[in-house]
Amino acid sequence: MSASLDPTIAGAAPTAAMADRLSLREARRAGLLRDLIAVARRAVRQVVREPAAIIPALVIPVFFFVVNVGALQKLAGAAGTTDYAAFQLPVAVISAVTGVSRANALVTDIATGYFERLLLTPVNRLALLLGLMVADLVVVAALCLPVLVLGALAGVSFATGPVGIFAFVAVAAAWGVAYTGLPYAIALRTGSSAAVASSFILFFPLLFLTTAFVPKVALSGWLATVSDLNPVTYVLASLRSLVSDGWQAGPLLQGLAAIAMVGTISITLAFAALRGRLAGR
Amino acid sequence: MTAAPVTAADTVATSLPSLAPAAWARLGAHPVPAIEARGLRRTFGTMVAVDALDLTVERGEIYGFLGPNGAGKSTSVRMLCTLLRPTGGRATVAGFDVVRDATQVRLRVGVALQEAALDAGQSGRELLELQARLFALPGSSARRRIAELIELVDLGDAIDRRVATYSGGMRRRLDLALALVHEPEVIFLDEPTTGLDPVSRRQVWTEVRRLNEHEGVTIFLTTQYLEEADALAGRVGIISGGRLVVEGTPDELKRSVGRDLVVVTIDGEMTPAHEALRALDLVERCEAMGDELVAAVASGPAAVPRIASALDGLPLTIREISVRRPSLDDVFLEVTGARIGASAAAVR
Repeated sequence: MSASLDPTIAGAAPTAAMADRLSLREARRAGLLRDLIAVARRAVRQVVREPAAIIPALVIPVFFFVVNVGALQKLAGAAGTTDYAAFQLPVAVISAVTGVSRANALVTDIATGYFERLLLTPVNRLALLLGLMVADLVVVAALCLPVLVLGALAGVSFATGPVGIFAFVAVAAAWGVAYTGLPYAIALRTGSSAAVASSFILFFPLLFLTTAFVPKVALSGWLATVSDLNPVTYVLASLRSLVSDGWQAGPLLQGLAAIAMVGTISITLAFAALRGRLAGR
Repeated sequence: MTAAPVTAADTVATSLPSLAPAAWARLGAHPVPAIEARGLRRTFGTMVAVDALDLTVERGEIYGFLGPNGAGKSTSVRMLCTLLRPTGGRATVAGFDVVRDATQVRLRVGVALQEAALDAGQSGRELLELQARLFALPGSSARRRIAELIELVDLGDAIDRRVATYSGGMRRRLDLALALVHEPEVIFLDEPTTGLDPVSRRQVWTEVRRLNEHEGVTIFLTTQYLEEADALAGRVGIISGGRLVVEGTPDELKRSVGRDLVVVTIDGEMTPAHEALRALDLVERCEAMGDELVAAVASGPAAVPRIASALDGLPLTIREISVRRPSLDDVFLEVTGARIGASAAAVR
């Protein structure tokens, strides 16, 4: 049916460079940075339009903070922790930022076909995921603010001053983004919002099998062992050092190392899942 | 049955004077087809969705890719527009390999898949703007192009409303606009009118013709509506079981079936009737389908009395005899042995 065609035609196909030079058309690749900004802008707009999606992340930390401080303050005081509100503030901020991601929006994009619409553009594939993480960074940094206000109301002051507050938000936000790789990996692997929602279960052992309620010295037996292995322990320690102890390289570096480790694993998983989703394509 | 009764390549080549072959020759290149597939194949596990597809669509054509559900139409489109990696064979679109130079292909093709692929939480304008950014259109061009497209797809003030408030027809039109933002050379439309009301369907047809005639855009259109392929496409390929079984202009394909068809509806035994008609010298071919016998003849009116008398005396009653021109559905029946679907009734 098409055997009459000149088989040499395909050999004369223009090269990409030739076509770019010749072409009067304006469409081209935007480049990673512009792609990233474009993807992130849409994602941030989605958050602003559907604030309901982040309300749990606003309410849960306030709840924990008020309940934990109210219930345990005297006990902690008796055990030697003088400022229990300061001790709990990092727990509140970690519970605010952990698990906040655009993974559900990504599942929706996959289900509606809009993800494919984006794949049909010359967008850098990495930007499709990194752009969402940039948006997450903006969102989790914003989520730290109400927690800081709460802390100020509870009379918590920062031993490291205003720069310390900035560092506190930066460490918490870095943790939040490092963690997002997990929900993204699940979203890309399964395309299922139920699976993404169930990833929330991971949050409990991470947040509670650690030094969330009492200092390390007070943890007993198996919990002490588990908390030693839990990266959140080190993130909490670095945040607490900023609030209570002043600038201390040790805990800060350990916290950042824990974030880097979790981030490396989770983001590797996310990009592997992205490659998996693109592989058949 | 794989023999194509016609080869349209020669007729098509002469219809492209506007492409200025001299300009290409100066560059040391020949005009390349808009779409060229050789042995293109895709399997899913043991299921063969597309089996050795050979296809050439010249620049400026409207090519109709026709077949029933599950024939491999969508899988073919998804491979050609870089969404799906072929299992075998190769394809170029706008001169670029769909696997090796996928980004170059993406810069040059516009795609509207079966379901409108939109973000319901954004406004139409926001989606158009994002599309323009990802194709790196400069601000002024993007604004001009978006204004044109809003006009074109007739979305008016709705463009600033969230997509969630749009009707099905409006979503389709916005989806089409998104596919056009970067002024593609080749447009893939996968069942663009499935599920649309007749008015919206006409609007899409008008737009497809306009894009082709005024902007010289090559259009690759899949459809299961025979009348759609007939109305729009300069050339039609019929795909069945993952293979291109026949290809040509709608007229050529219809002529290949026979100049006229005599359709006899009977009550009674089919087999002797079928044999009686086949035995007639003026009947070129005869197919039995349910209670209908469809005989291809040179001249319908001349054949009717002979057909009627051939059936006389057999254990049956003739319920109806009619003469009609062949439709693409008859072509489909001829090459695949099956009717394409319920929509066939509409084109009779």
